[in-house]
Amino acid sequence: MLFKNHGIIERNSMILLVGILLVVSIGGIVQIAPLFRIEQTIEKVDGVRPYTPLELAGRGIYVREGCYSCHSQMIRPLRDEIERYGHYSLAAESMYDHPFQWGSKRTGPDLARVGAKYSDAWHVQHLINPRSVVPESIMPPYAFLEGREIGIKDVVDKHIVAQVRVGVPYTQADIDNAKTDLLAQADPNADSEGLQARYGGKVNVRDFDGDPSKVTEMDALVAYLQVLGTMVDFKTYEPTKAENLR
Amino acid sequence: MSDKKPKDDITGVETTGHSWDGITELNNPLPRWWVLTFYACIAWAVVYWIAMPAWPTLSGHTKGVLAMSDRKQVDEEVAKLVSSRAPQFAQLHATPIEMVSKNKELFQFAQESGRVAFAQNCSTCHGAGGQGAKGYPSLVDDVWLWDGSIQGIRSTLQTGIRSEHPEARYSQMPSYGRDKLLEPQQIADVTQYVLTLSRQPADAKAAARGAQVFATNCVACHGAEGKGDQTQGAPNLTDQEWLYGGTAQEITTQLNLGRGGVMPTMSQRLDPATLDALAVYVHSLGGGT
Repeated sequence: MLFKNHGIIERNSMILLVGILLVVSIGGIVQIAPLFRIEQTIEKVDGVRPYTPLELAGRGIYVREGCYSCHSQMIRPLRDEIERYGHYSLAAESMYDHPFQWGSKRTGPDLARVGAKYSDAWHVQHLINPRSVVPESIMPPYAFLEGREIGIKDVVDKHIVAQVRVGVPYTQADIDNAKTDLLAQADPNADSEGLQARYGGKVNVRDFDGDPSKVTEMDALVAYLQVLGTMVDFKTYEPTKAENLR
Repeated sequence: MSDKKPKDDITGVETTGHSWDGITELNNPLPRWWVLTFYACIAWAVVYWIAMPAWPTLSGHTKGVLAMSDRKQVDEEVAKLVSSRAPQFAQLHATPIEMVSKNKELFQFAQESGRVAFAQNCSTCHGAGGQGAKGYPSLVDDVWLWDGSIQGIRSTLQTGIRSEHPEARYSQMPSYGRDKLLEPQQIADVTQYVLTLSRQPADAKAAARGAQVFATNCVACHGAEGKGDQTQGAPNLTDQEWLYGGTAQEITTQLNLGRGGVMPTMSQRLDPATLDALAVYVHSLGGGT
């Protein structure tokens, strides 16, 4: 019947238009409607927190330098990847990533769980001259990050506010203390009590780049790299629980 | 539409019946095999929706009668892999680590597992063959900063050095220059003295003055003869192995900055049996007593 009478639709442009809208909207609803319930697709896990101001600054540098063009941050649920990189990535681990850094290409290794794998000094040396520690590496050097002070004002006044606007739950206290927290994380002699109260006791407080005189882009980037993949407490996570299966 | 379609005289093919300025459109239907394949695909899609996770719903998605899950699948694959290695790893972990080399088959297993774990976790700093680099100790010689016995290596892997592990091996060479603990002249003198310890050419007068500085500042860790102390990771200064270089300039730099590397704890990343295998492998590269 439908096939016999399609001539009616073809000859009346208004009927055709309504038909097109109907078909397109079905596709649209199927794709868009579940996004309004996205909370349901994120696993409930312990430990994931918004980035500290210093880590957020480092993340900004990671994005600025286009690290995602060669490094993914997404361990896929495949046996060989789990053997190499560790537990597959969870949706919860990138819920405060705006934009996400899953990446689409692995010229370099996946970085989703690079945190705490190497020492700070290694990261600094590797960023300054990758071939000094990994002779076969083809990564470009990022030596200019060393000694370059980070734009604290940008991070405190703009980056955090932007993150709040897209839904990252920084509190007013987090925003008010952003500058103090940023400086405290890169200085092991500073009072980091407030920082740890706001972001948890596990937060890394170190002089990441080995130069205590100032907070550099190197500090920020290494602080960010050292926290990747270390937040989720896998001891309390049950991967085979029905609600965690995908 | 009429049932009887007009035919084109020249080709003998049915036309659509439309005519513009005397030009008519031929109606060549799609080949039957193509149409059937198309319908089969639609039918397959329906089967797929029923069998596999397909449609998003308000509270998740339809699970499908097969209840396929990538995560469940990979969990089973990993479990299978782990269980296939489990008997050997269990035997390895149960064997006192210094006895592993007595059992040829077990030793071979530990060597191979250790080699793979080394490539992924250790080679980035210690080099693909364990040869080390400036600031990263070589593992292929028999000179060890910390305990180089097989148990000592196992313990270093467990806790790391200057890491976040509560029982990490820890020591700190003071930054004599940066923290102004010694005058630049004293640092220059003690540099000359350290050169004499490893029998390198040095300024004898400066070295004699440096010996005094060494005696008051350095012997607590490096020993009266400069032979070092493995219990606190103080390097032997009398041999030709240097972590940060053994020239006068490099020694001065180290006196100024007092650098000390961080070895991350591996116990949070790898399971105990893999650490055993790594210890066996690293010890075989060049273990100390």
